[in-house]
Amino acid sequence: MSELHRTPLYDLHVSLGAKMVPFAGYEMPVQYPDGVMKEHLACREGAGLFDVSHMGQVRITGTNAAGALESLVPVDIAGLAEGRQRYAMFTNEDGGILDDLMVANRGNHLFLVVNAACKAEDIAHLERHLSHSCTVEPITDRALIALQGPKAEAALNALAPGAALMRFMDVATLDWNGVEVWVSRSGYTGEDGYEISVPEGAAEQFAKDLLSQASVVPIGLGARDSLRLEAGLCLYGSDIDTGTSPIEASLNWAIQKARRAGGARAGGFPGADRILREMNDGPARKRVGLLPDGRAPMRAGTKLFDGDEQVGEITSGGFAPSLERPISMGYVLTKLSKTGTQLEAEVRGKRMPVTVSDLPFRAATYKR
Amino acid sequence: MKYTEEHEWLRVEDDVVVVGITEHASEQLGDVVFVELPEAETKVAKGDDIVVIESVKAASDITAPLDGEIIAVNDDLVDNPGLVNEDPLSAAWFFKMKVEDLSQINAYMDEDAYKEFID
Repeated sequence: MSELHRTPLYDLHVSLGAKMVPFAGYEMPVQYPDGVMKEHLACREGAGLFDVSHMGQVRITGTNAAGALESLVPVDIAGLAEGRQRYAMFTNEDGGILDDLMVANRGNHLFLVVNAACKAEDIAHLERHLSHSCTVEPITDRALIALQGPKAEAALNALAPGAALMRFMDVATLDWNGVEVWVSRSGYTGEDGYEISVPEGAAEQFAKDLLSQASVVPIGLGARDSLRLEAGLCLYGSDIDTGTSPIEASLNWAIQKARRAGGARAGGFPGADRILREMNDGPARKRVGLLPDGRAPMRAGTKLFDGDEQVGEITSGGFAPSLERPISMGYVLTKLSKTGTQLEAEVRGKRMPVTVSDLPFRAATYKR
Repeated sequence: MKYTEEHEWLRVEDDVVVVGITEHASEQLGDVVFVELPEAETKVAKGDDIVVIESVKAASDITAPLDGEIIAVNDDLVDNPGLVNEDPLSAAWFFKMKVEDLSQINAYMDEDAYKEFID
């Protein structure tokens, strides 16, 4: 096995008593001594600090960088205003999803944040398709820190004035003690909050300055997963992958009008035929929320039935600390995807009732 | 008290064996959110999966440590699974069983051996 990477915050995690686990080639904190449940609730009540430095940060420069990137994503990048960010996904020729990502227009360049497990492939993909017209530059000397929760605004603004003036999906360069930090008001928890790119040499001090505030607690990968699940957000590799289209994944909202049939720049991305057809005709199956009627969590891989027929499968599931009940999401046949539809899940050989529900399970609290 | 390699504790009360999980196991599991118990008066064989415990992280099983019959289960755990983390050695017992051969229990570890086992 190849050597695991460490993020610039590795020593800090260890000093905080984190349990470190291998994740996407990195040694990452899965939880701190408080445990998943308390960390989850602390983020929802105060502010949670997450090390997401394992994720890929990429800069794309070029006079037509936005147009070039549009050849790889079904998203309106040319219409993305300076200082704004958008959710996107790389699609393949079959209309499947290669990765999901964030794209920010930072004036003279586009700034991308991609998943850790996919970053090498993503960068190769970008270089293969864009390097004739753009410069694709992986940024490997900066940490990425997320700060999420109702007290995130006050906590970050105390360090980097200006953070409070941003709204959801804004991006800005802020100053922290003379250090340039790249901030977006976004995240992966359904909470208001930020993701902050910090030079690696300053990252530990920056994290310590945040953690020195009473409202801020460190959060591991365990609670990161339960937080995003309550928020109905997809985990790449579980809820979406090359076998799922954005339309099956109920991500239609991420495909703006300009890229849809009849739009100013309709199609022109890999898999456009299938994706635009499914958008028009409806997909055969859809990602939905699923609420187990009982208390037993229904986890990834659990099969879903309507009578004797298997009609879907759970792709993520577990216990929702803020809702104090189990929640899941997964794919079901479109004809059975209406909220309130009763299905059965097979858990340890037993059929248990489960009800199709709206997503998210918990409403987002973004500052729009 | 005796201990299994699956981190159960076994306490003998007269001719009945009370079974729970150790503090070490409850820490490793993390916050317990769901417990499924067997029916009382079920005959079980050593090694049968008879309890399901789910934590925020994962699902795991508890097996019957001995041959015998379940004579009581702790329904408090169904309503309050967090008890497994709060008081694993006492309030969070899982089931009581009547065993065919109480001497079977001697095959399991004593406290010192268990401590060494988890070290």
